[in-house]
Amino acid sequence: MRIDRRLIKNFDWITFSLIILLTLIGIMTIYSATRPPLPGGEHPSYYIRQIYWLLLGVAALTLIVSFDYTWLGRFSYPLYITGIILLLLVLITGRTGMGAQRWLNMGPLSFQPSELFRLIFIIVISRYLSSVHGNIGIISMLRAFFILAFIPFLLLVRQPDLGTAMVLIIIFLSISLAKGLQKKIVALFIIIVAISIPFLGHIFWEGLKDYQKNRLVAFMEPEIDPSGIGYHINQSKVAIGSGGFLGKGYMNGTQGPLRFLPEKHTDFIFAVFAEEWGFWGSFFLLFVYLALILRGLDTTMKAKDEFGRFLAMGITFMFSVYFFVNVGMTLGVMPVVGIPLPFMSYGGTALLSNFIAAGIVINIRTRRFELFY
Amino acid sequence: MKTEGRASERILLISYIIIALFSLLILRLWHLQILQGKEYRKLSEENMLRIVRIPAPRGIIYDRNGIPLVKNSPYFCASLIPENLKKVDVNALSGLLGINSNEVTEKISKKNLSPYEPIKLKERLTFKEIAAIEARQSDFPGLIIEVDISREYLYGNVGAHVIGYLGKLTPSQYKSPEFRDVPSEAFIGQWGAELLFDKSLRGTPGERIIEVDALGREIRLLQEKPSVKGEDLKMSIDINLQKAAEDAFAGRAGAVVALRPDTGEVLGLVSSPSFDPNLFARGISYKQWMELSQDKKLPMLNRALQSQYPPGSTFKIVTAIAAIEEGLINTETKVDCRGGINYGKWRFGCWRKEGHGAVSLHRALVESCDVFFYEAGRRLGIDRISDYAYKLGLGTSTGSGLGRERSGVMPNTKWKYEKKRQTWYLGETFNVAIGQGYVSATPIQMAQLMSTVANGGYIYRPTILKAETPPPPVGKADIKPETLEIVKRALWGVVNEPGGTGGAARLSTISVGGKTGTAQVVGIRKASHLLPEMFRDHAWFVAFAPTEKPEVALSVFVEHGGHGGGAAAPIAKLAIEGYFNNLKFKMQN
Repeated sequence: MRIDRRLIKNFDWITFSLIILLTLIGIMTIYSATRPPLPGGEHPSYYIRQIYWLLLGVAALTLIVSFDYTWLGRFSYPLYITGIILLLLVLITGRTGMGAQRWLNMGPLSFQPSELFRLIFIIVISRYLSSVHGNIGIISMLRAFFILAFIPFLLLVRQPDLGTAMVLIIIFLSISLAKGLQKKIVALFIIIVAISIPFLGHIFWEGLKDYQKNRLVAFMEPEIDPSGIGYHINQSKVAIGSGGFLGKGYMNGTQGPLRFLPEKHTDFIFAVFAEEWGFWGSFFLLFVYLALILRGLDTTMKAKDEFGRFLAMGITFMFSVYFFVNVGMTLGVMPVVGIPLPFMSYGGTALLSNFIAAGIVINIRTRRFELFY
Repeated sequence: MKTEGRASERILLISYIIIALFSLLILRLWHLQILQGKEYRKLSEENMLRIVRIPAPRGIIYDRNGIPLVKNSPYFCASLIPENLKKVDVNALSGLLGINSNEVTEKISKKNLSPYEPIKLKERLTFKEIAAIEARQSDFPGLIIEVDISREYLYGNVGAHVIGYLGKLTPSQYKSPEFRDVPSEAFIGQWGAELLFDKSLRGTPGERIIEVDALGREIRLLQEKPSVKGEDLKMSIDINLQKAAEDAFAGRAGAVVALRPDTGEVLGLVSSPSFDPNLFARGISYKQWMELSQDKKLPMLNRALQSQYPPGSTFKIVTAIAAIEEGLINTETKVDCRGGINYGKWRFGCWRKEGHGAVSLHRALVESCDVFFYEAGRRLGIDRISDYAYKLGLGTSTGSGLGRERSGVMPNTKWKYEKKRQTWYLGETFNVAIGQGYVSATPIQMAQLMSTVANGGYIYRPTILKAETPPPPVGKADIKPETLEIVKRALWGVVNEPGGTGGAARLSTISVGGKTGTAQVVGIRKASHLLPEMFRDHAWFVAFAPTEKPEVALSVFVEHGGHGGGAAAPIAKLAIEGYFNNLKFKMQN
């Protein structure tokens, strides 16, 4: 392995600093959210575990950055096969938690293959589309859709992990659009969607589990039943709103530690943060995310090749979707979909996978000039 | 480079979309935190703050000698905070508490529930039940274990009508502003002393402001205002007399009122049969209430205040006083009793058909000769008899304020004209003179009359409070002391002289004076014990003791008891004995 001095000089310190900052804010908020309500009570070790995962994430990021990302392209199909096998394993032997089968036990750790598969999916789609010349034709589109997107989509829906499945489809469509589609395909796609919406809508609704239907209903009218299905949304709004402009102060939030807010250290961590830091703190936090996303889009434009461009775009889109859906959900403007806030929510596999993803983006930016040398 | 350029344009477009979405989030944040911040701050506080009422222990009620009559005992109950109702699985909850699920549904679906006042689902939990509930509390948000205080009446049925009982607010009390501060589940005084002195006995409940978690479990105490115990109450009742008198009834219906002649304090007030106030304090069930209120013996009726019957021969005290005062009769006056007199086509008999022979006032009272009092009545006329009766407190209620009290009837010519538009007949005077006919009185009125005669003419309003400084009399009957002395001596004779009708009240240690009376239920003069119970005469006995310096004056009334001397006098004897035994006991200590 050759350490190029240009590598250090061109290293994307901005993206790196932003994700470290977000993860540290996350750990701090997890610490506050899970604190025992009474002094002297036992403090659950979530924040310590998250620190370990952060260290592991930084190591993985360093490792990823030290190889040229084009290397990922070469291994994309074996990675894809491995990913599919992991998803199958989850369905066969996985551990069930909160109504879904998402975890694989690996010794003392349990990990969520779907978190890693998001990345593999972005890599393989980017690899495939960058190999197509010009705009995508019907054959390539169908091949990409059925082989690369549809199989994992079905496997994820089976778990069920609708959040990730939805993210995959959004990434697939947006990278395809970025590549450029033949007009025929766009037209055909619109017609197909228009015809199938009533059928799909029915199948979709019938295929949902009860808790998923409830979440949709609750999103439409959370006040119907404040202690039932709309409870999550209402308590999250109470937490955020009660923060006011200045917030209640760090370690002074009540909604999380007193358990009014469920999933306080995972999906609803933004609500805990907003309760303690108020409007100004939340504004700052959202701004950090905006900076991370815009930086990723900038990297997309600067990538040295099409593979790199699609890769950076896919990853940035992934962060964006997670960010907007999660924050939108806690603010009560999106339905409750169980997806975490990148870098802040508690969850080892997700943090590791996000660090690897950020590592890939940093890698692409760091090596943007290589073509010219 | 053309595709590169197009790609950059697209990225730029995407950036704008991202920034637009970001602005929407910020707007939403502004809306929640700045525009609605105050409302949400309040909601979050309501989430975690809860006000818990601390019940105030009620004042203890003592008898006149300091013997406690009631006890406050704490107990545990399982309650539900209405705020959390929707999260509760009623079937699982009723299973845990071991009560009918319909009962739970009924309790929690009542209207006008305050969202923070817990609903009691099950009272008087055992420690085993408490452990079972605490173990599963996390499954039932809002289910809490409360401590409340219940009232225990140490003497059960004894004195129930005068001590009273506690009960939940009645629907009309619930609406009344007077009870606005009383929580809807609380028990307040509903009868007797508990009702009369409820305000001072009640005390002031305290409150605890606590922080709770989402399961309603207490996290920490933020503020505490301790409850203030209600004031203790010292009643004028002598529980020993009360119990002796009540036991003496042995299930028969009737009443006893015993007064302190020098203060008007009620030493005992019996209305038999009685009820167990502990039933009410525990929250009486519908079935128990129906049993009590539909009992043919009317245990809920306070006979001491509300039974009004002809006073029978006890009324001869009034006739005698009136006749002496008016100078129509003196101690020398003799009337020849031949077992009755004839008036027109009617015959007015003496209870002793063979007659008493020539009797003086003293013998006439001792042996209760009717003919002597027919003559006294004839000389007085109804209006003069009525005047003296009113002076001595008959015909108007005593104003004790103990409950709804009836005023009895003291007829005269005016009364008869207003009531019946008829003139008065002399025959009616004969009847009234011996306490029959239209005249009627309640046991408390007869006790007050006895007290007034015993104390030299002072009228006191009966009170159930032990007075530290004796209250002044509310009036004085304008009667010469000599007159009262003559009558009192004769009353001593009733109990203590040979041939006296009240011998059954005689005590070896204390000199008792009294007068028997029999109120006719049917107009036939026939040996009462031969009639079915419902047609038997009512028995009266009024008494005072000791005759030298009276400490107790009482009236005994036994419904369908037969003769006063046989049914009522022994009860008076036991009551008086109870009072003086208690005094002896006190002196020994």
